[in-house]
Amino acid sequence: MKIIVCMKQVPDTAEVRLDPKTNTLIREGVPSIINHDDKSGLEAALRLREQHGGTVTVVCMGPAQADVAIREALAMGADDAYLLSAREFGGSDTYATATIIATALKKIGFDLVITGRQAIDGDTAQVGPQIAEQLGIPQVSYAEELRLDGNSLIVKRQFEDQAHILKVKMPCLITALTELNEARYMSVAGIEEAYDKEIKIWGFDDLKDDLNPDWIGLKGSPTNVFKSFGKQPKAASCVMEGLSAEEAVSEIMKKLIERHII
Amino acid sequence: MDFTLDKRHLLQQQLYRSFAENEIKPLAKEMDEAEAYDMELLKKLQRYGFFGIPYSREYGGGGSDTLGYTLCMEEVSKIDASTGITISVHTSLCCSCINQFGTSEQKERFLRPLIDGSKIGCYGLTEPGAGSDVQGAQTVAVKDGDNYAITGSKIFTTNSGFADICVVFALTDRSVPAAKGLTAFIVDLKEMPGITVSDNIQRMGLRAASNCIVSYDNVRVPADRVLGSVGGGFKIAMKALDCGRIGIAAQAVGIAQGALDEAIKYAKERKQFGRPITAFQNSQFRIAEMQTKIDAARLMTWRAAVAEDNGEAFGPLAAKAKLFASDVANEVTRFAVQLMGGYGYCREYPVERAMRDAKITEIYEGTSEVMKMVIAGSMKLK
Repeated sequence: MKIIVCMKQVPDTAEVRLDPKTNTLIREGVPSIINHDDKSGLEAALRLREQHGGTVTVVCMGPAQADVAIREALAMGADDAYLLSAREFGGSDTYATATIIATALKKIGFDLVITGRQAIDGDTAQVGPQIAEQLGIPQVSYAEELRLDGNSLIVKRQFEDQAHILKVKMPCLITALTELNEARYMSVAGIEEAYDKEIKIWGFDDLKDDLNPDWIGLKGSPTNVFKSFGKQPKAASCVMEGLSAEEAVSEIMKKLIERHII
Repeated sequence: MDFTLDKRHLLQQQLYRSFAENEIKPLAKEMDEAEAYDMELLKKLQRYGFFGIPYSREYGGGGSDTLGYTLCMEEVSKIDASTGITISVHTSLCCSCINQFGTSEQKERFLRPLIDGSKIGCYGLTEPGAGSDVQGAQTVAVKDGDNYAITGSKIFTTNSGFADICVVFALTDRSVPAAKGLTAFIVDLKEMPGITVSDNIQRMGLRAASNCIVSYDNVRVPADRVLGSVGGGFKIAMKALDCGRIGIAAQAVGIAQGALDEAIKYAKERKQFGRPITAFQNSQFRIAEMQTKIDAARLMTWRAAVAEDNGEAFGPLAAKAKLFASDVANEVTRFAVQLMGGYGYCREYPVERAMRDAKITEIYEGTSEVMKMVIAGSMKLK
C-alpha cells in the first residue's frame, strides 16, 4: 500500500501574536512546527504501514525552511519525502494549493492520501477536500478512527453531535483530526536516518507538463484576503467560584434570564 | 570555531525537550516522593532511543555523538535529574566500557541489547571503603578453571535496582596496587546466583533514581566475561569516568537552567511592594549573573563533548566542565529557592527538588576535590 501524507509547516500558534497595525501574523521569532492534524495523519499512516506493510511518503508545499518539518516526519518513520517549492507557487489560495499538490500526487502515485483536517494558521479545512476533488477520488473528512478492511477503509467521521461510520474504497483521501491518535516522537536513530535521506524538491518545472501556470499562484487564486482584523472582546467574562454543580446551573440560568438571552 | 548546533543536533534537542516536557514532567514529583522510578517511563525512554544515543547504529544505537548525548542530559535534567543519572550511568559508564574495550563478540552479545533499548546497564566500582581512593577496593575475583568467583560489596550502584547488566570491577591480583590488579567483568545482575541487590538507599536527592548496595557472594563468572585485559580494569574504570563527567556536567547545567527557568516564571508573576519581583534591579542583576554562569558551564560542557567526539584528549576538559557546572548548579538552585521565597522552599514547586538534586553533582563520578586533582595533574605543577 502506497500512502501519501500531505503535511504543512505552520507557526506554533501557542506563541503567535498579531501585528496590531496590519492584523497579520508576526512570524518572526516564532518556532515552526508540523501542523497538529497533519502529524496525526502521519501517525495513522505509520500505523497502517506497521500493520499492513507498504510505504509512507510525505508531501509538503512550502518554502525551503519547511526542510526541518520534513526531517521531523522522516525521523518519526516516513520512508521518503517531497518538498513542493517554487516562486510560482507563492500566493496560492487553497484552490491553487490543492491544484499544485494534486498534480504532484498524480505524478508520485498512491493508494491512499491522508491530510490533516485543517492548518492552525489558516483554519480553512479546504485543501484536503479540494485535492480529492481534483484527483477525482472519494474522500472522508474529520476522521477520528481509521482501519483497513481489505481494499477499503472503515472511517469514523466526527460531526458536531454525532459520528458517521463510513466504508470507502481506495484510492481515496482522508482528512485526519488530532484526536485520531497520539502521534509518536521522533527517535534518536530516526533523526540520524532522516538526515541521511534525500528530500526530493520539486519546483514548477517538475510539474509543468500537467500544471497550467494560470491556475496557480496569486493570479490562479479565485479568493483573496480582502482584509484581516482582530476581534474585539464583547464584554468581560465573569468567574463564579465555590459553587456546587446545581448552584452553578441555577446561577448561570439566572444570568441568562437577567440578560434576556433565554 | 562554530558555536551553533547543527540541524541534526537541533532536531535532537527538540526531541529531548518535548519528551521531557510531555512525558517526564507529569511524573517527576511523584517519582521523587515515591523514591522509585516509573518503569513505564523507563520503557518509553528505551523505545525512543534515549539509552543508546552516542553509539553506532550498526549495534542498534542512535548514531549520534557525545554532543548529542549532552543535549539529552541537559534537557531531561532540566525537568528531572533522576532521569538524567539513569541515562548517564547506563550510557557513559556501563556502555562506554563495553564499547571501548569489548571484543566484537562481547559488543554483539552485551552492547547491542543495552543500546537498542532492551536492557539497562550499571557500573560497580565504588565500595564502602573505597570511594575517591580506588586503591582501597576489597572485592576480589578468584580464578577457578574457566571461571572467576567474585566476592565483595559495591555501594551506590546507580540503576542496580532494575539493571540487567553490570560492569563490575574486582581485584584479580591482590599482591599489586589496584591500578594493576583490578579487572573489569560483565555480569548479569538478575541471573547470576550469589548476587544480592539491596533496597534503594535513602538519599537527599535524585530520589527517583535507583541506587543500591550490590553484594557478590562467590558469584561464578565465565572468563569470557572479562572486559579488556586481566589487570587492566583500573584504566577502563578511569576512562569511563572521564566520559561520565561530561554527562554529569550536562546534568548540572540542566538542573541549573531548569531551576532558573522555573524561578523566573514565578518571579514574573509574583508581586511584592506593588511590582513583579523581576522588576527589581536586585532580581535582574542576580538572574543575569546566574544565566551568565549557566551559559559558561554549558560552553565548557560542549567543549569537552566535542573534544571527545573529535578524538582529542578530553579528560581535563571534562573535569573542568564538571567542577564548574556542579558548582553553578548548586549556586543557581539555592538562588532559585531564594528568589521564590517561602514557595521555593515548598515541595509543591520543583526548585526545592532541584536544590536537593544539585548537591550530588559535586560528589559522584569524582568529587570536586578529585576534579581539581585531575586538572592540576594535567598542568605539570609538580
